[in-house]
Amino acid sequence: MDKFTTLTATTAPLNIDNIDTDKIIPARFLKTIKRTGLGKNAFADMRYNRDGSEKPDFVLNQEPYRRAEILVTGDNFGCGSSREHAPWALKDFGIRCIIAPSFADIFFNNSFKNGLLPIALSRDICDRLREDAAMGNNAKLTVDLARQVVIRPSGEEIPFDVDPFRKHCLLNGLDDIDLTLEHETAIDAYEAKVPSWQPKIQGA
Amino acid sequence: MPRTLFDKIWDAHVVNRLEDGTCVLYIDRHLVHEVTSPQAFEGLRMAGRKVRRVENTIAVVDHNVPTGPDRLTEANEPESALQIATLEQNVRDFGVTYFPMSDARQGIVHVVGPEQGISLPGMTIVCGDSHTSTHGALGALAFGIGTSEVEHVLATQTLLQKPAKNMLVRVDGKLTAGCTGKDIMLAVIGKIGTAGGTGHVMEFAGEAISALDMAGRLTMCNMSIEAGARAGLVAPDETTFEYIRGRPYAPKGEDFDRAVEYWKALPSDEGAHYDVVVELRAEDIIPQVTWGTSPETVIPITGSVPNPATEQDEAKRAQMERMLSYMGLQAGQKIAGTKVDVVFIGSCTNSRIEDLRAAAAVAKGRHVADGVRVLVVPGSGLVKQQAEAEGLAQIFTDAGFEWREAGCSMCLGMNPDKLKPGERCASTSNRNFEGRQGPGGRTHLLSPAMAAAAAITGKITDVRELV
Repeated sequence: MDKFTTLTATTAPLNIDNIDTDKIIPARFLKTIKRTGLGKNAFADMRYNRDGSEKPDFVLNQEPYRRAEILVTGDNFGCGSSREHAPWALKDFGIRCIIAPSFADIFFNNSFKNGLLPIALSRDICDRLREDAAMGNNAKLTVDLARQVVIRPSGEEIPFDVDPFRKHCLLNGLDDIDLTLEHETAIDAYEAKVPSWQPKIQGA
Repeated sequence: MPRTLFDKIWDAHVVNRLEDGTCVLYIDRHLVHEVTSPQAFEGLRMAGRKVRRVENTIAVVDHNVPTGPDRLTEANEPESALQIATLEQNVRDFGVTYFPMSDARQGIVHVVGPEQGISLPGMTIVCGDSHTSTHGALGALAFGIGTSEVEHVLATQTLLQKPAKNMLVRVDGKLTAGCTGKDIMLAVIGKIGTAGGTGHVMEFAGEAISALDMAGRLTMCNMSIEAGARAGLVAPDETTFEYIRGRPYAPKGEDFDRAVEYWKALPSDEGAHYDVVVELRAEDIIPQVTWGTSPETVIPITGSVPNPATEQDEAKRAQMERMLSYMGLQAGQKIAGTKVDVVFIGSCTNSRIEDLRAAAAVAKGRHVADGVRVLVVPGSGLVKQQAEAEGLAQIFTDAGFEWREAGCSMCLGMNPDKLKPGERCASTSNRNFEGRQGPGGRTHLLSPAMAAAAAITGKITDVRELV
């Protein structure tokens, strides 16, 4: 997994609540067997007209936000399906950090597995960060994961919470599976105690 | 200390607890489908890993299979065909049990699991699909995961998770005629909102829940994700045990008795703590229908589309206006009487035999309204066979409804069953997001009986006027 340490980047404001995973990546783009290449279809129905031309009023079609790596958005971001294509599409577009008042659980979880940092901050602070983001070329925020602060263009530092285990994995780019396999003896011991009435699905 | 149903299942599956409270949680059942698994199997291959427990794993195709009568011989869309072929290669290479399209047991993964007795009370069940919450109706802790976690479960048979909070949704009283589990659940989502359950496992209890059959409970738990919950749960009871008895993968004979003994100890203890309690009266619920593009935009069938002008919050008002414009509705208009182009009866929410019976009861002896297309899509090949044996399929075809093969179909617009831009659909599915059923499609969520009523009259209709 890609590491996430610090990021200073163009920040796009997207003030919409309940952006669901069908908006982030519509289902018709899920027919891929790869993780890459989804960026061009991120937010497809918000970003493109039916003829494929860009909708000029959508923020990620505007300069300098085409190169945004941070998104400041609304409540309950990522609600809906469990598709990891949502963080894959955002990541492939270039987004590395999303700031919102709240996130849907599965999306939140999936993001960490892909080096994409979701930060929950109050609605009030998100409003202020969106004002920063609206400053065009000056719309740069800095996210320092080790110190757990977002730094505004004014220099003001806003602290955020992050789960210590997830922070450790992001900072070091650690793969969950390797970490879990350190518990293999305990998993073996657990399996030895599964009650005998519990049926097995036989291999094909 | 008294524990909830969720606490008990959680505690029974903790393999190890890390310093910060993250747990290595054992997974009893892993359901796999074609859309969210290819990258996970690819990850296993690249790391030289195998599936740790094939005997805990089952695969089925559902999301992008066609549901037309000639699907076994006709060519599928190339990308879908590749995704299905990839799953078939993966189950062969890794030795996973698989129900292909040609197998009567094939169907929507959340219909197949309970139907086969693969999903059982007290288990942890995961799948790369958010509607895995469905299986919670059996008293199992079941939740959707992303593809990285699919790979994690394939490789380790565990997940790294922190416990959720406990929410109790208590529905007392008796449901009135024309109302179903779907109507209760839509009312719950309308009350608490699409983020109301975030971080919580939502246990449904009370007289009205105990009175529901398994299909009704499965529908409710299915849509707990639409309230933002990590999972839905109903305590196992006699209804549950009778549902499970005799199913192909369920325990048999003495093993079944031992299982029931274990399952009977699962319901929440008296005095167990819930972080949040939500209460509804069943008598207050009448058939529900959504008007907007979020499942929380729900109103009773007798209600009117809300007026954004009455909303104080500017962002919310703008959002309501956008929804009205997308849905092609006027503020204040009565929802009943809204004309529909398509009716979809199916999905992991409402495609079980009980759902089809409810729709058939309304359709019997009647005919679809002019210009309306109706798709009836059974949740599995076995549901299809049963509906044919019971004469339901005949009722549907006599009424001019299309009787189709099992799959996710028009729930999610990633197979040939899609709405065209601007088309309005009365749908028994679970999400009315913009473009969910096809780009530009307009979705109204409602129960199977309400969907059948819309098919007959050609407009959104109070089913109680037809029965």
